[in-house]
Amino acid sequence: MAKNYETVIGLEVHVELATKTKIFCGCSTAFGGAPNTHTCPVCTGMPGSLPVLNKQVVEYAAAVGLATNCTITQNCKFDRKNYFYPDNPQNYQISQLYLPICRNGHVDIELEDGTVKPVRIHEIHMEEDAGKLVHDDWEDVSYVDFNRSGVPLIEIVSEPDMRSAKEVIAYLEKLRLIIQYLGASDCKLQEGSMRADVNLSVREAGSTEFGTRTETKNLNSFSAIQRAIEAETARQIDLLESGQPVIQETRRWDDNKEYSYAMRSKEDAQDYRYFPDPDLVPVNISDEWLDEIKSRQPEFKTEKMKRYKEEFGIPDYDINIITDSKKMADIFEEAVAICNKPKKVSNWLMVETMRLLKEHNMDVSDITFSAKNLAALVNLTEAGTINSSVAKEVFEKVFSEDIDPEKYVNEHGLGQVNDESALRQTIEEIVAANPQSVEDYRNGKEKAIGFLVGQTMKAMKGKANPGLVNTMLKEILSK
Amino acid sequence: MANVISDETIEYVGILAKLELSDEDKENAKKDMASMLDYIDKLGELDTEGVEPMSHIFPVQNVMREDVVTNGDGSEDTLKNAPESNGEAFIVPKTVD
Amino acid sequence: MSLLDLTATQLAKAIKKGDVTAVDAMQAVIEQIEKKEKELNCYVTFDKEAALKKAGEVQAGIEDGTISGPLAGVPVAIKDNMCTDGVLTTCSSRILGNFVPAFSAEAVIRLEEAGAVIIGKTNMDEFAMGSTTETSAYGVTRNPWNTDHVPGGSSGGSAAAVAAGECFFALGSDTGGSIRQPASYCGVVGMKPTYGTVSRYGLIAYGSSLDQIGPLCKDVTDCATIMETIASHDVKDSTSMLRTDTDFTSALVNDVTGMRIGIPRTYFGEGLDPQVKKAVLDAVNVLKSKGAIVEEFDLDLVDYAIPTYYTIAAAEASSNLERFDGVKYGYRAKEYDGLHDMYKRTRSEGFGPEVKRRIMLGSFVLSSGYYDAYYLKALRVKALIKKAFDNAFAKYDIIIGPVAPTTAPKLGSSLADPIKMYLGDIYTISLNLAGLPGMSIPCGVDSDGLPIGMQIIGDCFKEHNIIRAAYTYELARGGFKTPYDKEVQ
Repeated sequence: MAKNYETVIGLEVHVELATKTKIFCGCSTAFGGAPNTHTCPVCTGMPGSLPVLNKQVVEYAAAVGLATNCTITQNCKFDRKNYFYPDNPQNYQISQLYLPICRNGHVDIELEDGTVKPVRIHEIHMEEDAGKLVHDDWEDVSYVDFNRSGVPLIEIVSEPDMRSAKEVIAYLEKLRLIIQYLGASDCKLQEGSMRADVNLSVREAGSTEFGTRTETKNLNSFSAIQRAIEAETARQIDLLESGQPVIQETRRWDDNKEYSYAMRSKEDAQDYRYFPDPDLVPVNISDEWLDEIKSRQPEFKTEKMKRYKEEFGIPDYDINIITDSKKMADIFEEAVAICNKPKKVSNWLMVETMRLLKEHNMDVSDITFSAKNLAALVNLTEAGTINSSVAKEVFEKVFSEDIDPEKYVNEHGLGQVNDESALRQTIEEIVAANPQSVEDYRNGKEKAIGFLVGQTMKAMKGKANPGLVNTMLKEILSK
Repeated sequence: MANVISDETIEYVGILAKLELSDEDKENAKKDMASMLDYIDKLGELDTEGVEPMSHIFPVQNVMREDVVTNGDGSEDTLKNAPESNGEAFIVPKTVD
Repeated sequence: MSLLDLTATQLAKAIKKGDVTAVDAMQAVIEQIEKKEKELNCYVTFDKEAALKKAGEVQAGIEDGTISGPLAGVPVAIKDNMCTDGVLTTCSSRILGNFVPAFSAEAVIRLEEAGAVIIGKTNMDEFAMGSTTETSAYGVTRNPWNTDHVPGGSSGGSAAAVAAGECFFALGSDTGGSIRQPASYCGVVGMKPTYGTVSRYGLIAYGSSLDQIGPLCKDVTDCATIMETIASHDVKDSTSMLRTDTDFTSALVNDVTGMRIGIPRTYFGEGLDPQVKKAVLDAVNVLKSKGAIVEEFDLDLVDYAIPTYYTIAAAEASSNLERFDGVKYGYRAKEYDGLHDMYKRTRSEGFGPEVKRRIMLGSFVLSSGYYDAYYLKALRVKALIKKAFDNAFAKYDIIIGPVAPTTAPKLGSSLADPIKMYLGDIYTISLNLAGLPGMSIPCGVDSDGLPIGMQIIGDCFKEHNIIRAAYTYELARGGFKTPYDKEVQ
């Protein structure tokens, strides 16, 4: 009879920090650029070059640690991790082993049944990213580009506290939200600014001992992570069921072929000979500095949700979605501060913004419009200056080009026509041109008035106030 | 000699250090390393219980730079000494993941 | 009289006065190089035309007033482990045989800004690993005092060039005695500053926590002047110290009255050549006669300095030298089968035996299972050694001892037994572990006519005490004839 197995998962999450410069030199971290243009002697391992630490890296790392309930190591140090690979210009990576900047934290994830589960964080350390290797299949060579070499990373190492792909994804989403709120990274899996390596083992349900674990790398999306976890769980169970041992190894996931393979090599001793980097001095995060970092921590989702409920009286569903990204929450708060109409602002974000994002296949982080122009649009509609269909049209412009709605409405003559004499003339023309509808209405077919309103709006190029048109029509027809 | 360095150890250190030794070099390396380690073992005579390992002589801390871009396009200097390049990237024997 | 009779500071004064030009000085040095270099091999790279051109430019700068300062127009030699923009920098290794850096070491920049003119790059032990300059991939350098003998090392090319008049002064680097020992063997003044005083930016690292750049020169005045020029707080070197007391020439004072001098008994015991011992103790007596208070004492842990040093230096070196892999610069093996074979062949063909020996040892002491027993243990002993010096400097202003147990050995006699060679570093090495400054100053010759050096050791940041004692001794001692001086006579 097949046994019941439990999957045990811990994650090593690498996050590229949103600094302007690399961790140990003044080279730009900007994406793009021809190969090796963002390089200098330091990030290419030139003989005689020396590293100097970027202060912002420490501040971001400490901020993430604080937000994930870690203890900050007030005296932390950098160590060298020695291994040969062409994307690693010094053939050692500057990282932290002995005294990482953050330890012993946790984040709470919400499970499907609504219960809250803490996932413990073993440590967070700072390190430098490697360069990029591009393989040439024709020439049997690889090309080395050091533009990414030295870009600052934090590695967040969890305890083996997760039991399913769902928990893993909930944990990653939670981390991503926290880090995005801090502005410490954009955390895009596809672009590699957030990368997760999965340490996974299986054991018989009820067992308290861990099985042998493997580490799976190269997971570029939540769905790849889910597939890799399922595949690795099945692979390990198959091994155990057939009486074979699981080998502790690093495996690489191929998401196209949906399988992983071992990255073993006899040239890989996996003995990194860590030792304190003599070129860098210890980092001391004083109480004062730590207080300063703490004072800059933003309000996170949970607190925000609570405050929105009390302050703005908008539906829980809206609150949840708005606070799912700091960007959205910032736009909301800023727009409300200007126009003081939380419900209206929320509506624009929940309905039209979401629709357009979906239509353009965009992410919330891609939003470019300003809260100021959204608030102006809300004010224009509330004042009756434009009607709702014009407002939608104007919003599309705000969304795509962040135009100033007032200016746009004036320049394009989109202001709602409330002038009764101007309307009266058009309505009389419409009434005269549609005797059948007039007849129908007078015979009690109330609906017929809708057609006449529509015709009037059309004639007015949509700018008429529809309520006013309705009232005036009724008045004219009742004569 | 108190320390005896095995063939396996020399082989292993060769993998770590990326050095390929001839048989003769290996024998010499075994002998040299064993005698150096014998010599280093002398440190075992000292009681260092409770002594903090000293990486840096001076208690200097927090040498940091501000997050400001100071470097421009460095590709020309970076590639100047490349044993093999295509003009914009270094070329190495194909790496297998 | 020849221009080469002048010290660096004397030459600079003469140039400033307009008695001679920077070009005359360079010309004189070039003549001497052309005469002696075949025999001595002090330089790895020497570009006559470039040196003369640069001298001409500097002379113009001096004349129009844009270049001034105490070393303006003086020809200088740079050890080949310091990067020089656009000039071959090999570390005397095959693996960097074609490496042309795109930037200069900070110390080199300081000298150039002060108007010193670079002649070329001097020979050294490969990657500064050695005490004889025999491990260079570009041939041995010979001692100008007796060409059957080594010049010492690793800054042997720099020391020999100064002694032979092939430059007016030189820069060296000192990780375990690599400035002081060749200075002693070649009868010139050499100084290792307090760790962090001269920027390491652009110095190709051997043991990063131990390496310091310093001068090799003709006398103590030159030494203080050069130190003042190259000392700097460099934001590119995180271990560079901010000091406000680098006015080293202010210590050129002929007075040691009341100065407390400690003589460590352990430095004068077994293994020390009696002639060296006598010369050093005689020199100490000179200082005593000048009013210094001399006292013998027991310096602890002397015997543990060498194993501590070789553990730390080899560990750091094994990591520092990983970057030489045939990917980004330098030598790449001609034939290989795949990436890892390329690494192995490049490094095996590119590094010499002594470098490989230290890389192997360093990789081993850091490897899994040995780190605590070897590397951490060494760092703990280092702390104890530092403490021993702290105790000594609570009582003394300076400590005096020999630089090396003997005078310069014969060529080919050292490399066979590495341990014996390492033992030769016993008096110099602990200064690097404790970060202390130290100077080697000539104090006599042995019966073979080879020079003997006295080592003056100060507490951290107390170079002033060393310079004052050395200056006082030098004035009492009188002129010290170098091989060049003798040749002229």
